[in-house]
Amino acid sequence: MRAVIRVAIAACVLLVIYALQCGVQAGFTEYVQRIILLAGINVILAVGLNLINGTTGQFSIGHAGFMAVGAYGAAFVGVQLAKPVHGALGSGPLAEAIVFNGALLAGALFAGISGLIVGMPSLRLRGDYLAVVTLGFGEIIRILFNNATFLGSATGYFGDDPSGLPAYTNFFWVFAWVTVIVILIHNLTFSQTGRSLTAIREDEIAAEAMATPTTRLKVTAFAISAATAGIAGGLFAHMQAGVRPEDFRFEKSIDMVVMIIVGGLGSISGAILGGIFVAVSLELMRDLQQYRLVLYALLLIVIMIVRPEGLLGTRELHHLLRRKKAPKPAAPTESS
Amino acid sequence: MSLLELRSVDKIFGGLHAVRGVSFQVEKGAIFGLIGPNGAGKTTLFNVITGVYTPEHGQISFAGKNIAGLKPALIAERGVARTFQNIRIFRTMTVAENVMVAGHHLHKASIAEAMLRTRAYDRDEQALAKRAHELLEVLGLAELAGEVSGSLPYGSQRRLEIARALMLSPELLLLDEPAAGMNSQEARTLNEQIRFLRDQLGLTVILVEHNMAVVMNVCETIHVVDHGETIAQGTPSEIKTHPKVLAAYLGEEEPGIEAQP
Repeated sequence: MRAVIRVAIAACVLLVIYALQCGVQAGFTEYVQRIILLAGINVILAVGLNLINGTTGQFSIGHAGFMAVGAYGAAFVGVQLAKPVHGALGSGPLAEAIVFNGALLAGALFAGISGLIVGMPSLRLRGDYLAVVTLGFGEIIRILFNNATFLGSATGYFGDDPSGLPAYTNFFWVFAWVTVIVILIHNLTFSQTGRSLTAIREDEIAAEAMATPTTRLKVTAFAISAATAGIAGGLFAHMQAGVRPEDFRFEKSIDMVVMIIVGGLGSISGAILGGIFVAVSLELMRDLQQYRLVLYALLLIVIMIVRPEGLLGTRELHHLLRRKKAPKPAAPTESS
Repeated sequence: MSLLELRSVDKIFGGLHAVRGVSFQVEKGAIFGLIGPNGAGKTTLFNVITGVYTPEHGQISFAGKNIAGLKPALIAERGVARTFQNIRIFRTMTVAENVMVAGHHLHKASIAEAMLRTRAYDRDEQALAKRAHELLEVLGLAELAGEVSGSLPYGSQRRLEIARALMLSPELLLLDEPAAGMNSQEARTLNEQIRFLRDQLGLTVILVEHNMAVVMNVCETIHVVDHGETIAQGTPSEIKTHPKVLAAYLGEEEPGIEAQP
């Protein structure tokens, strides 16, 4: 019964996303559509990074590295998959969907495995030290791709076709993946595992004294977070016909950190808002050319002064709405 | 056979010999007091027993097995639960969530099942919430289950730590100054609750406490340490008049004064 209801809901959601896609494609210019796709990819990045930086409290500033692994992995596997799948199923939308999603999952797997490899030794470190290790990892990955001749070195990887990677990424797939990832991460955050991760953030010594397998949970969360960055990377790769090492510079990692800090560390809805905020604000300021980075930094400083806890703090949007609808009978005033 | 046995345990921090050759046995079902002046090494002993520190020398056996040097999470899993002197609750989480964190062993569902919210996951989650609620009732915190734990008064936070420790279904409970910051009414309730834990839940309790009204009332055996070394062990009435204990607490002179700082 539960499975049937879920499949029905999933079908409805996909239909809605498809309808929205038709609307977006009819109503907006290519340029605006691209910003919408970028916003969706940012949401995936932010929600994934929030799991480790916000919920678990382990600071990673190298997630562009995992995004790069996912992007290259998905691009490469996509090219390898295309021939046999198209040979067997022709070139219809079904074959494309299989190739694309297979490629995305492969990218997520690669990114997840690199998350495990980086996480296992480094999650014994805390705070600043972990940040330095992840920062170093991000740069190492970029430099590796910069020198990997079979992946196009510094020019980037564009597949075998002269016109570049197929542009599989569209509104439908981006937001289908946004929906899936937000639901999965939400369920994880509000589960026994999520409680344990929050406990690690709040007080690791106490969490350990309560028999929480802290290292194993931290590494698992890190790998899941890396895998979601991998999905975002795969979507990104198939949005712009190819992947270049310079797409995944240190600034990209910082952008992701900005998304979750602006939205409110530890809040999934905050991460969603933050992801959209970064995509839109960077684009709105594009006319200012080099001054936009100055303005962007100023904007961040203002947000940090006005709302240091981020737009939502650690709260979730639906919790706030629920509280407004049904105020607790004996609850004391908010200020207490 | 005793439940917990320490044999000549040493813990050294650089030049500081924090615990020196301490040995004691705690029988199953006992309420065992561990007292001593500030800095005597009581909390260090707790940290050594629970695996936060590894002792330099000596053996610690719990239920017949050596636990010295094991990781804290493993020792907790074997049935040694504790509370902390400087309250370590998970402050942003609700009271119920705090307790549920310690229910790891009751939640068999995997991470994938949690992400997909399967039936097995829901079942475990409900069982865990029910157990947490029972324990909150034991400690009189049931009404506060939905409150953010960091906003609770001090005494409630201490009781929340006990509830959380009980969630591990331990055999041995180490309470590090549970009465600190409690008023005398709360301390009296605490006495009853500690006895309840032993009599109804079959726990063995080791208590570090400065509040002598609590220690002398509830403990059957008291072990006194000073400067990391054992100076006495005995029943409350023996300890009250023990010359070395009086000396440690009050200084060498003026014999005959009761040890009630």
